[in-house]
Amino acid sequence: MSKGSPISPSLMATKSAGAPKAPERADRTAETAVGVDTAATASPVLGPNNVVPPTVMTGSQAIVRSLEELGVDDIFGLPGGAILPTYDPLMASKMNHVLVRHEQGAGHAAQGYAMVTGRVGVCIATSGPGATNLVTAIMDAHMDSVPLVAITGQVSSGVIGTDAFQEADIVGITMPITKHSFLVTDPNDIPHVMAEAFHLASTGRPGPVLVDVAKDAQQGQMTFSWPPKIDLPGYRPVVRGHNKQVREAAKLIAAASKPVLYVGGGVVKAHAAAELRELAEITGAPVVTTLMARGVFPDSHPQHVGMPGMHGTVSAVTALQQSDLLITLGARFDDRVTGILKTFAPNAKVIHADIDPAEISKNRTADVPIVGSVKEIIPELTEAVRTQFASAGTPDLTSWWAFLNNLKETYPLGWTEPEDGLSAPQRVIERIGALTGPEGIYVAGVGQHQMWAAQFIKYERPHAWLNSGGAGTMGYAVPAAMGAKVGEPDRVVWAIDGDGCFQMTNQELATCAINNIPIKVAVINNSSLGMVRQWQTLFYEGRYSNTDLNTGHDTVRIPDFVKLGEAYGCASFRCERDEDIDATIQKALEINDRPVVIDFVVSPNSMVWPMVPAGVSNDQIQVARNMTPEWEEED
Amino acid sequence: MSRHTLSVLVEDKPGVLTRVASLFARRAFNINSLAVGPTEVPGMSRMTVVVDADGDLIEQVTKQLNKLVNVIKIVELTSESSVQRDHILVKVRADAATRLQVTQAADLFRASVVDVSTDSVVIEATGHPEKLTALLSVLEPFGIREIVQSGTLAVGRGSRSMSDRALRSA
Repeated sequence: MSKGSPISPSLMATKSAGAPKAPERADRTAETAVGVDTAATASPVLGPNNVVPPTVMTGSQAIVRSLEELGVDDIFGLPGGAILPTYDPLMASKMNHVLVRHEQGAGHAAQGYAMVTGRVGVCIATSGPGATNLVTAIMDAHMDSVPLVAITGQVSSGVIGTDAFQEADIVGITMPITKHSFLVTDPNDIPHVMAEAFHLASTGRPGPVLVDVAKDAQQGQMTFSWPPKIDLPGYRPVVRGHNKQVREAAKLIAAASKPVLYVGGGVVKAHAAAELRELAEITGAPVVTTLMARGVFPDSHPQHVGMPGMHGTVSAVTALQQSDLLITLGARFDDRVTGILKTFAPNAKVIHADIDPAEISKNRTADVPIVGSVKEIIPELTEAVRTQFASAGTPDLTSWWAFLNNLKETYPLGWTEPEDGLSAPQRVIERIGALTGPEGIYVAGVGQHQMWAAQFIKYERPHAWLNSGGAGTMGYAVPAAMGAKVGEPDRVVWAIDGDGCFQMTNQELATCAINNIPIKVAVINNSSLGMVRQWQTLFYEGRYSNTDLNTGHDTVRIPDFVKLGEAYGCASFRCERDEDIDATIQKALEINDRPVVIDFVVSPNSMVWPMVPAGVSNDQIQVARNMTPEWEEED
Repeated sequence: MSRHTLSVLVEDKPGVLTRVASLFARRAFNINSLAVGPTEVPGMSRMTVVVDADGDLIEQVTKQLNKLVNVIKIVELTSESSVQRDHILVKVRADAATRLQVTQAADLFRASVVDVSTDSVVIEATGHPEKLTALLSVLEPFGIREIVQSGTLAVGRGSRSMSDRALRSA
């Protein structure tokens, strides 16, 4: 074993005398033998694969050249001591580097860029605090499977391990939250490490990859040539699904009377919206789109029954609960979807298609596991279903649809008007969506406004809805919207933010204003950490411990978001009355030469409904406080 | 919970042991023992990891380990299909009066005496963990001063080679 790999003593403890039981084989080849080599024909090196003959240059020039050869156009970052050598050749590059105000902003911007373009997002920071400021964004990308390459400077290899100035073991710090990471101390390793990082980030289940480059490796001479050889013997993502499993899945679909397509963010990542639609229409099954999958199946489609989960629609939550077959595509049975796991969809068999074998049967045991890309699996499944229906007949879903349509009509999404005379936040968000339309991009922070944005904006296409799903990172919206606007400059990009979230990362408004990235920020200002306050209302007897932010109606308004927006060079408005909502949104939509900030002053008493309280079965879904739907109206 | 022995073929790169060990900690899996060393293939190391887990969990352990980019291949070795050995060095109190008894006990276990002083001997033994436990219980009355024990090493029976097959599929 190589240097520096101590085993924590705590890992070596706990000898337990368990009764020996016949162990099962756990051999990688047995499970993943099929389709391993399907992707091997195309070059694993991203970009145009230009041939560059051996050229002597510095390591830092090699970093910049590698990024160019990999086809990178935009980078988000902030320089510092240990990455300075790389910033010098970057100045001469035709790549667009966006100078952020905080490295977390660079990370989220790269995420937003990746989410709307499907390309790898790139962020750069210096060593130590620069690198640790990226940690939240890297973790966020890890939880939501976002292709991200983070490049960090490191102190010179000779002083690594000496607590040098701005030294942090960022490879060690980020090990649990990256797909993989590299520490580069030899400049000759740079081209193949960069190509490997982009390959890892963008293939299989996408994720963040960290490349930490020692300062002397940036300064040292090396011989650059392209394309480099990718040598990752332990990395063989399975792309094609197992034929037999696909046929088994088709049999289950033909036999089911209450099937549901449980669709997750993996279908967005795989760009398989069209394939999904075809499968949905062949099977006739209802579709639920998770928080990460909003838009991958059109909200307006009659087969769409909503978003499942803690704040899902009654029809979507109930469809899963009452289902006899979950056709799970690129979803991972997250606790926010399942509620108490053992009570989730108790009578359903499970087909689970995912590119990550570790997700299959992690939370819910799959009856038919299919490892592979949903981009390949879904069309094969469609074909198999067609064949199966031709021989076994098309299942009759009439009574299932009658039940679900009744739920859709009885329990539509909606809100009650606040009693304090302030605007309903739901209305503001609904109007933003209605006036901007489905071609816009909507980026939310985390909390009540995020759930309302998931519920009340109508999504018709994938890559239109960005949020921090798994990580729940407050402060995601502004920098991610900035990255999305860089990636899709011709689209209207809204950051739907909360007054709490907005105060975490709004410094990137400076980046937006100076670099002509005209995003629109709607601060849904309920003067509090709204989601926490909602839980305090519901579960802590209304004891509002540390959730009042004093930014809204009848407060000191610190900070004043209009003045703050103006200070950052943004067009800034305040909207306090229902009758001004449409006009204010229209005004924002007409401004395209600078960012817009709107302070929408809304009621702090509005709550997100429906809600499945934490720690109970999804059957306990409440459409409003202490109001559970009537289940006996099945007809 | 039952005991499982995993043979993990990894790239010999910096930090691989950390990646494997921290994965166990982070996913709340318990490592019983871990041994690592080079193989017949340059650039490849092999870890033998003994874990206590039930069937579903061991499947999850294996899948999570497989996600590590430096992990090339994992095989679970059952006690029937593999040879499993621990290695132990025990320092036992032994003076002129008891030395013969101690060395005779070691002989019974086909262990060897590798160091002698006026009041102690160091005994080296190799074997299945149960055999070593038995040896220790026999030596215990004489007074055990120190124990140093390796993690379990395991290799599949028969002519097949794990790294050979891994290289062909890679």
